Parts: sequence; C-alpha cells; structure tokens
Amino acid sequence: MSGNRRKTAAALAATAAISLLASACTGQSSSGAHDDASKETTINFWHGWSAPNEVKGIQATVDAFEKAHPNIHVKVVGNMTDDKINQALRAGGSKAPDVVSSFTTNNVGKFCSSKAFVDLNSFLKKDGIDADKTFPKAMNEYTQFNGVRCTVPLLGDAYGLYYNKDAFKAAGIASPPKTWSELAADAKKLTKTKGDSYEQLGFMPNYHGYESTTEHYLGGWSPTYFDGDGRSNIAKDPAFASMLTTQKKLVDDLGGYAKLEKFRTTFGDEWGAKHPFHTGQVAMQLDGEWRLGMAEDTKPKFEIGVAPMPVADDEADTYGKGYLTGTIAGIAATSTKQNAAWELVKFMTTDTDAVVDFANAIHNVPSTLAALKSPKLKYDPRFKTFLDIAANPQSTTTPPSVNGGAYLVSLQNLGFDIEKGKQKDIKAGLEKTAEEIDAAIAQAK
Amino acid sequence: MSTRTGTYTLRSKRRRATLVAKRRKAALRTAAFMSPWLIGFCVFFAYPLISTLYFSFTQYDGFAPPKFDGLKNWSYVFDEYTLFWPALRNTLWLVVVMVSCRVVFGLGIGLLITRIKTGTGVFRTLFYLPYLAPPVAATLGFVFLLNPGTGPVNSLLGELGLPTPGWFTDATWSKPALTALAVWGVGDLMVIFMAALLDVPKEQYEAAELDGATAYQRFRFVTLPNISPIVMFAVVTGIIQTMQYYTQPLVAGKVASGVMGGSGQQFEPGYPDKSTLTLPQLVYNLGFQRFDYGSACVVALVLFVLAMAFTALLMRRRSGLIQAGE
Repeated sequence: MSGNRRKTAAALAATAAISLLASACTGQSSSGAHDDASKETTINFWHGWSAPNEVKGIQATVDAFEKAHPNIHVKVVGNMTDDKINQALRAGGSKAPDVVSSFTTNNVGKFCSSKAFVDLNSFLKKDGIDADKTFPKAMNEYTQFNGVRCTVPLLGDAYGLYYNKDAFKAAGIASPPKTWSELAADAKKLTKTKGDSYEQLGFMPNYHGYESTTEHYLGGWSPTYFDGDGRSNIAKDPAFASMLTTQKKLVDDLGGYAKLEKFRTTFGDEWGAKHPFHTGQVAMQLDGEWRLGMAEDTKPKFEIGVAPMPVADDEADTYGKGYLTGTIAGIAATSTKQNAAWELVKFMTTDTDAVVDFANAIHNVPSTLAALKSPKLKYDPRFKTFLDIAANPQSTTTPPSVNGGAYLVSLQNLGFDIEKGKQKDIKAGLEKTAEEIDAAIAQAK
Repeated sequence: MSTRTGTYTLRSKRRRATLVAKRRKAALRTAAFMSPWLIGFCVFFAYPLISTLYFSFTQYDGFAPPKFDGLKNWSYVFDEYTLFWPALRNTLWLVVVMVSCRVVFGLGIGLLITRIKTGTGVFRTLFYLPYLAPPVAATLGFVFLLNPGTGPVNSLLGELGLPTPGWFTDATWSKPALTALAVWGVGDLMVIFMAALLDVPKEQYEAAELDGATAYQRFRFVTLPNISPIVMFAVVTGIIQTMQYYTQPLVAGKVASGVMGGSGQQFEPGYPDKSTLTLPQLVYNLGFQRFDYGSACVVALVLFVLAMAFTALLMRRRSGLIQAGE
C-alpha cells in the first residue's frame, strides 16, 4: 500500500469511525415502569410556569400530592422552555425530568410518535380511569396521537369573545353577536374612524391581532384538518374556505389590511396593561379565559362582557362552542421511576380537588368534566362562559401532528397572504397549502 | 568484497532505522505540542461537521436513532420547503448590503475620528457604545423607535412632510431597518479600522502630498493598500456573522408582528411577508420546532458552503483585497 493510499484509507476509517460514533451517541437510554411506587423515592417534575401566582399554584398542588403520598418526594423545576424539555427528554439521566408539563400541545404528535413520552393507556387502565369520561372531548383529543395517549390535560384554555358593554350600548347593540355575519355588522357599527385611522375599532380582524389566528377563528366552523389517511383536508372541507373568505371580507369592510395593520402598530403589548381592549381601542376581542382577570386588573373605564365566539352562519345552532387548548402532562420515556411519576400525573390531572384548586389559583379552565362542575370552583360569573365552552362536546381543537404545529403555520401563512391580497384565489391557495402540509408530514414520517 | 558490501548494507539499514525512529519521535513530539489544538479542532469542528453531513442523509427527530434516507432531506429542502428560498434570498441580501454598509460606515467613522483634533475620546466612546448593547435590547429599541404608528422617527418624518415607511412592518423596509440597526452598532469595526489607520506610515502620506496627490488619491493609493488586510478581515468575519444572523431578525419580526409570547404561541416566520427570515432561523425551525434534524443539517451545510464560497472568492488576488506578496 503506497503512502497516499494508506493516508486515504486512514482518513476513510476515521470518517467511518466518527460517523458510527455520531449514530451511536444518539440512542435513548433504556427505561421502564418497574419501580415500586410505594417505596421511598424522589422524582423530578419540570414545568413551564413562571409567574409568581402560577409557581405558587403548582407548588401547592405538589405539596398536596406529597401530603397524600408521603413516600414520594417531588423535585420541582419551573420556567422550563420547550427546547430545554426536548433536550432533557433526549438525554435522560438522573437529573432529567420524570414528569413533564408543556404548554405546546402541538408537540403531542411528536412526543407520542417518537415515544419520548410513555403511553399512558396502560396506567389509566390499571387505575380504572376512562379518559373519554374524565376529560372534555377536545382536551381528550389533543392529548393523544394515532391511538397513543402519551399525555393528559393539565388545565385548559378556552377562547371566547370579550366585548365593551358601554360601546355596545352607545352603538345600540343589545347583545353579543352569535354568528360571524352578526359580528361583522356589529363591528362596523362600533367602528369610529379618525382621519386615516380609528378612534375605536369594532373588531381587529387581522391575523396579527394577537389571538385572532386562523386556528382560533376556525373554532366557530368545526373544521376537519386531516382526512382518514392523515392527509391535509383543508382544500376539501369547505369550513376553511368559508372562514378565510369571512375574515378577508371583514378586513376589507373595516378599512382594508394596510389601514388596519397601521392601526395595530399603535397597540400596546398583548400581555401588558395597554392591551387595545383594555384601552378601548377595540370594542370586541377574541381571547382566552385569562383576559378577564388581566383586563379587570387594569380597571377599565367600561363594563366588560364575555360571550362564546360567534359561529359560522350555517352552524348557528351550535352557538356556545369554541376553540380549546391547554397544558399537557406526560411521563418521560427515559424515567426509571414511571410508576411513581404516574402517581403524580394522576393526582395533578384527575384528582378533582387538585384540578379545582390549581384552576382557582391560576384562573385557567379545569381539565376534567368533574372539576368543571365542582362547587369548589371559584370564579367570576362571567368566567362561566369558558367553563361551558370547555364542557361543550362541540368545542374543537387542533389535532396533534407528527411534525408539531407545522401545518398550522402553513395555514396561517396562507391566511396572511389572503388578508393582504397577495393570494386572491382562496381555493388554489388551499390546494397548494394542502400539498405543502402533506409534503412536510411525509418528510417527518 | 561481498562481506564489505553486506556490512555497508547493514549499517545503512541501521542508519535508516535510526533516522525513521528519530523522525517518528519528532513527529510524535510535534503532535504532542499540537494536541491541544488538534483535540479542539476534532471535537469542535471536524466531528460536528462530519456529524452534520452524516445527519443530512438521515431521518432523525432527536429521539429515535437516525435512519439513513439518502437524498430525501436535500430534495425536501430545495423542492418542497417553501421557506428555504425566501430565507436564502434574504440572507444573501443581508450579506451583500449589510456587510458592505457596516464596512463602509466603520471605515468612514474610523477615518473621521482619526482626523479630528479634539474630543477624539468622547466620539470614540459614543460610536463604540451601541456595540455593547445586548442584541435583543437594541432590536426592541429600534422596533419601538421605528414603530410606524407611535414611533418618534415616523412622527418626525411626518412633521417634515417626508414619507413615513412601515419599517419593520413593511416587507420593503424591514431589511433596510435591520441594516440600520447593524450600522448603528458598528463600533467594533470602527475600533479595528482606527487601529489600522493609525498604523499607516505617515511618511507615505507626506511623500504622496509632495507628489501632489489629492485626498482621494491618498486614500486610494496609500490608505487602502495599507489597511486592505483589515478590510479583508472585516468583510470575511462580517460575512460569517451575517450568515449566522438570527437574534435581531427573529426579535424584530416577533415584536413587530405583535407576538411576544413564549412556548406554544404561533408566530409568522420572517414577519412581514417572510422578509426577515434568515437561514439560521430555518435551522432552528426545522430542528427544534419540526424535529427534523436531517433537513436542519442540510440548511446548516448550505450555510457552510456559502460562507466558504464567499471567503474563497474574497481570498483571490483579483478581489482587490489581497495584495501582491501577501
């Protein structure tokens, strides 16, 4: 073998060795549910809550769990982002979480299909818990993927319509809109222009109007995102074209995209006191249940009304439904203490008092049907709207997908193009976006 | 005769063996001295690079072990991933315009400050300070200053009767706004250019003046040749930094679009209209949001090849930045 050949061979061998090393370094550590949950043990629980009342609320839940299970100690780590959670799920180890809660319900598809979280079906069965009868329908749906239930809901978020009762009275509107046609008519009545801007906007229809995203709008249409084969259904289900058309018409009727977008830049931060609904810049706002408390904290100069979001005109009889999402909890596949971890997950997500206490603490919607009806639930009478939306079997959510929320981003991007007039043919846009979604899902499989 | 020859051959072999042993020892010694660098190179450059290349041919979600799937990721990124081409165009735009502006302004401010007689320290500090601002804070500041609805810049422009662009909310103006932000923080280049400018031999300027050279000619034929290695350094490092441009466009896009939430909240990639989308954002989007590490590695390799190509192009003598004899 000549010197050059020897060097080439050595280089190839080194490359092969490094490649093998790269693949060898990516395997998952073994795990299982072989621990004895009745023995003294400590488990790690990671969550994403960071606000003082939220941290206090989750700690109180953990304290109650430790009181009920004196042998299981819980090490709580808060303010965890998705990136850190994902990295820990890959790496495993003694410091990695046994129990994880995440705000990103869109990741359930990946967590279930990749087996990063364990399938909880056997745990539920062992304890005689029927998920269909325990959790609201939509929450039950977004916590599983292709028959694998790798997460359970840990409180939820329901979306409804907030409205300025004083502005409604001044405009001669007696009650909140129940269909999108009614909302469009009310929005026009409530809108007061000022020069090339607005003194008061009836409703901010632009998709950048904080929570007014495509998936939240679609809560009023009961869409079917995927067909039986798992392919995108957005070009076939007329709900999507109907919603996109309705939104675009509303944008045009209220002054056009550019004018509305310029007005939007005068809004304060979504999570701050200067939110446009608090300041009276907009008279109606699509938002989650948290807005009520946030708005009242700023002591607005008007009375706040709360109602379910309007529904599609041809679905008027389903008024009362809405879009649901929420926080999820699961057990890491790398955990070696899965039985003890299940005890914590079970307590936090299915114990009625625990769910109610936590919901009372952080003003979220309870995630079990029993907790939704609990007399211990403390809330402003207007909050009942969200409890009803959560309990409504016609309320919808966005289904988990193998590549997270990529399909929602694709649909939202189409929405952006339509609202600004860049994509005029909605049908063609939906067909192209469906292809894009299918390609991305095929790529992820 | 034959015995003598045999003895010579034996001696020659021994000598050669000793020489080989000495050379091997010297090579080992050299390797030992170089080992800190070699280990660093292998661990932090060679291994990640080879791994990235390997993963680009696999389906890998970060959880299950990677599976070889040929060119599937490459064809997906180039043919089907709709964000790739806009991000590539934006990245190239920023490489050409932003790097050029930063070098021109850095050199220009450096020239001005080396010329002024009084207050040099004050001006140097004033121009350098923005560079120390954390990228997120600086971007937030710019987005608020350039807010088309409430920002002071547009208020002033409006009062002067000038057009009021949408800046970070307008696809035409978002990249120029990012360029303005980058030029505002040009203090790092200014300091490097000042050091280079002060190092140019004064005699050469005196000789040029005696020969009747104009200010432009002195700059073109005296200053520029002397500082060309520094210009080269500024351009190459600028290109590499711009290839990695992530924080500022992401923060600007998110804040201007009104989405400042964290986990679980959707936002428009590259708001407005994909105009602030850069390739590093795609690496994050594919790898950490879509769990598609294979495709993320493809984009990372595209960035690597582009950075190498730009550098190779600039390193050629004909580029004008490499002088004869260097």
